[in-house]
Amino acid sequence: MKYALLICDDEKISPSMEEMDADPVHRAWQADLDRRGAELLGMRLRPVASATTVRVRDGETLVSDGPFAETKDFVGGVVLIECADLDEAIAIAAGHPYAQWGGVEIRPVWE
Amino acid sequence: MTADADVVRAAVDAAYREEWGQVVATLIGLTRDWDLAEDCAQEAFAAALATWPRDGVPARPGAWLTTTAKHRATDRLRRDTAGQAKLRQLAVLARAPEQPPVEDIPDERLRLIFTCCHPALPFEARVALTLRTLAGLSTAEIARAFLVAEPSMAQRIVRAKRKIAEAGIPYRVPPAELLPERLAAVLAVLYLIFNQGYDEPDGARDLAGEAIHLARVLIRLLPDEPEPRGLLALMLLHEARRSTRTDDGVLVPLERQDRSRWDRTLIDEGVAVLDDALTRRRRGPYQLQAAIAACHATAPGPAGTDWPQIAALYAELGRLAPSPVVELNRAVAVAMADGVPAGLALVDELTASGRLDGYHLLPATRADLLRRDGRVDAARTAYEEALALAPSEAERRYLTDRLRTL
Repeated sequence: MKYALLICDDEKISPSMEEMDADPVHRAWQADLDRRGAELLGMRLRPVASATTVRVRDGETLVSDGPFAETKDFVGGVVLIECADLDEAIAIAAGHPYAQWGGVEIRPVWE
Repeated sequence: MTADADVVRAAVDAAYREEWGQVVATLIGLTRDWDLAEDCAQEAFAAALATWPRDGVPARPGAWLTTTAKHRATDRLRRDTAGQAKLRQLAVLARAPEQPPVEDIPDERLRLIFTCCHPALPFEARVALTLRTLAGLSTAEIARAFLVAEPSMAQRIVRAKRKIAEAGIPYRVPPAELLPERLAAVLAVLYLIFNQGYDEPDGARDLAGEAIHLARVLIRLLPDEPEPRGLLALMLLHEARRSTRTDDGVLVPLERQDRSRWDRTLIDEGVAVLDDALTRRRRGPYQLQAAIAACHATAPGPAGTDWPQIAALYAELGRLAPSPVVELNRAVAVAMADGVPAGLALVDELTASGRLDGYHLLPATRADLLRRDGRVDAARTAYEEALALAPSEAERRYLTDRLRTL
């Protein structure tokens, strides 16, 4: 099964890339992914302040500032993984540092 | 050999109750197709009704039904190309013997229970799926039991099955490190089914009985786990008091129930099951609740109840599974054990904390304690407060009665 992990939080903490790399929880998470050979693709997104949303309505392209959804939490990273089943995806997601203050949404990939 | 129609009917009914979940679980295990599994199980039971009167009831009805259902599944899969591809993957199914196998079919129901109760499914869907696939209730029966329109219930079940397939929820017994958490989820589903049947009795299907039956199955499948035994004991001890719980639609509190009408057989079994669980020396929330229920069930009356023991059990329960409702119950036990002022002090603490705001049993408990302390005016105010919050007619009538007799 392939799953996209949407790494979410409210951006209040917003660690830098250097801080993320030095975080022992994040290191352990990366080591776990490597051991499982589960990561297909991973990217961290810049904060939502730099987001742009495009909508097309009645043939007209509407561009607006900010994220698509007005929610408390924002997607801060996307990791594509391949693993046996949802339980393994849950185990992987639970190891991500953002799970401790934000949340990780697990979305099966339409294949 | 032919068999009497009534005997066959009874045998098929018994097999439905005992074997439905096992047949469905085995078919899901083989095909991973939940709808196909249910359809073929249904057909196998129809085939039993048609052929058992002529051929006699087989020695092992479960094996007969499972084999018949497997054949139906094979036939159906052969009919379409997608199914044929699937069949080639399912070597086990393709090799299904023509005669019922002599060896025991491994019990697949454990995988089914854990999959139905997976935490990635909405709680109501776990309950519905468990009743449909393990207990064999129809969607209409489940909808009626939970006061939901049948199409909504059908959709709930369809969505849950779709999520199992699309999100990759595994069909398995969870590994040891996940077992405590996942087992707790299974027990919560069974206890909700029981309580639904207990609070909203339905003449057609006895949900409390279904929950007790499923708990017995779970114990056979996980004999070393104490908490399923704790849950079974708790349900049996509640069930023993069921007929005395209301009188003509009015809630009868424990201290006023006619103890001579409690079911002694169920109480004895509940206590024995609980003792068996406790010897395993891993106490959990269900064992503690059952121990409290056992204190009540074995006491000759309110005065002869071991209240210090009950207060201690509530304290232990509060440490294992903290909850303001448990603290409220502890306050009642403390009032009985150490006197009303000690209990009232705990209730006042709870009231001040605001954690039970809007819960009718908080002012109702306070009112009972004030009444016993002879503080009639304060008791009246508290009963009126409880009456405004009480959710059911039985409870409103009880509180009205109390107010009148102050």
